[in-house]
Amino acid sequence: MEAEKFRAYQRVEAARAKGRPTGRDYIENLISDFTEFHGDRRFGDDKAIVAGIGRLKNMPVTVIAMDKGRTTKEKVGNNFGSPHPEGYRKALRQMKLAEKFHRPVLCIVDTSGAYPGIGAEERGQGQAIAENLMEMMTLKTPIISLFIGEGGSGGALALAVADRIYMMENAVYSVISPEGCASILWKDAKRMKEAAECLKLTAQDLKELGVADRVISEPEEFKAGSRQAKRVYYTLEDLLYEEFQWAKQRPVEQLLEERYQRFRKF
Amino acid sequence: MYRGLFRKPKNTLEIRDGEMELSRPHIADDAYMKCPDCGRTLYVQDVQDNLDLCPDCGHHFKMKVRRRVEMIADEGTFTELTLKSKNRARAENPIDFPEYEEKLAAAARKSGENEGVLCGTAKIGGLDTCLFVMDMDFMMGSMGTVVGERLTGLFEYAVNRRLPVVGYTVSGGARMQEGILSLMQMAKVSGAVKRHSDAGLLYVVVLTDPTTGGVTASFAMEGDVILAEPGALIGFAGPRVIEQTILQKLPPGFQRAELLLKKGFVDDIVPRKEQKHYLTNLLGLHSDRITI
Ligand SMILES: [Zn+2]
Repeated sequence: MEAEKFRAYQRVEAARAKGRPTGRDYIENLISDFTEFHGDRRFGDDKAIVAGIGRLKNMPVTVIAMDKGRTTKEKVGNNFGSPHPEGYRKALRQMKLAEKFHRPVLCIVDTSGAYPGIGAEERGQGQAIAENLMEMMTLKTPIISLFIGEGGSGGALALAVADRIYMMENAVYSVISPEGCASILWKDAKRMKEAAECLKLTAQDLKELGVADRVISEPEEFKAGSRQAKRVYYTLEDLLYEEFQWAKQRPVEQLLEERYQRFRKF
Repeated sequence: MYRGLFRKPKNTLEIRDGEMELSRPHIADDAYMKCPDCGRTLYVQDVQDNLDLCPDCGHHFKMKVRRRVEMIADEGTFTELTLKSKNRARAENPIDFPEYEEKLAAAARKSGENEGVLCGTAKIGGLDTCLFVMDMDFMMGSMGTVVGERLTGLFEYAVNRRLPVVGYTVSGGARMQEGILSLMQMAKVSGAVKRHSDAGLLYVVVLTDPTTGGVTASFAMEGDVILAEPGALIGFAGPRVIEQTILQKLPPGFQRAELLLKKGFVDDIVPRKEQKHYLTNLLGLHSDRITI
């Protein structure tokens, strides 16, 4: 009964669930010869975002993935997947290299949001996100953003100005967390389940709104390393490969015009 | 009582009879107000006569959008831009969010405007420009689909007419009540700003108190020149969210314009009284036309 009523929040819980594949799990399973690159050349290296190059099947691609971490140590080191400005700047630096070497870009999104802290603000969290939005809009190479868990507001959008948005079935994408929404709306964060329904944040909702292009089915039990997870990766590998092949054949002006219109329509 | 809203904006700064409703800084509701900076009790009238500045310490109070336009645009030159296509004059309730229609109606009453940003064309110091001014009285200046559409339309118009854009931001961020569609406006407006920029055109943005959230993380930080009013709160995350995250109090002056200047995120802080002159000079320096 309760479950029926609050289906959206069940997705939120699934998106946040322990054991769910992280950004790095996707890289390890989708990309061969992955070579990681560090740092934004300005301030530091943000471990919340993993960036590098590798092969999707035989195709060289740039991969930029938010990674929440698997072990407690990783989670703390990765700041639980909440990037600082240097993370977004590292991502942009790699995107520019992708443009230079005509590699498609795969962004993997999984964050509760850009980190709200003193250093993040002082180093221009807003500016870093804004710059990504502008630059991604005209990046002259195909971009696909794959939402694998939480898509927390501007912090997620900074890796999602893309030609295609794929969402895992239990991934969510929202302007504000259900808890934050409930506390603003009703001064009561415990009403997050109601808020989740209002926000239309599930993959299916977003597909209907035209925000997501494709929803990827998940197995009943979606744990990193499981046999069911492997099947998901195989499906994804084929889909992403075909989509990139298709996109690479488009004249770049057309690609960029369609990317612009993709967001212009909202 | 709404007649004053539709009159041509003038560049005069004195308050005439019947304009009290329109021009009053919204933090005060009667004849006296307290300055949050110097603590002095002030006559509302004195503050209004002084561009909504504290006559003693110069504290910048919030300013109504039409008064802002009066201050910046040459007298009688502002024309509000209405978009032909898709211009939703008012916000709808695109994701059927609870109580949104009521909030919109209350915002319209409070602000006297029909949405959170006023867009148009004007002359500043004799030079043609596009102009937008966001409205704190309309749901905290939050950005939903109508705000995003107007801004995008303004930048596209500016590209077609080869005009600069001057904008004033004040915002609580993306508008929660329109869900993901509000978030999409950040990308949409940023795309239009990028096209304007790639066309070799100037975009000057003035950040006023407070500019936060999705607006900071998009067009507020995308200007070729980024200015701020003294003391303005400018940030991505709100101070309360940060305090709840780091579990400590924020230092004084954090996220204020003066700190952003020190950290290199704004080009300069320009007091309200100097803005018209500053913008005139800046537009002139980016114009082929000879100005006096
Ligand atoms: Zn004062």
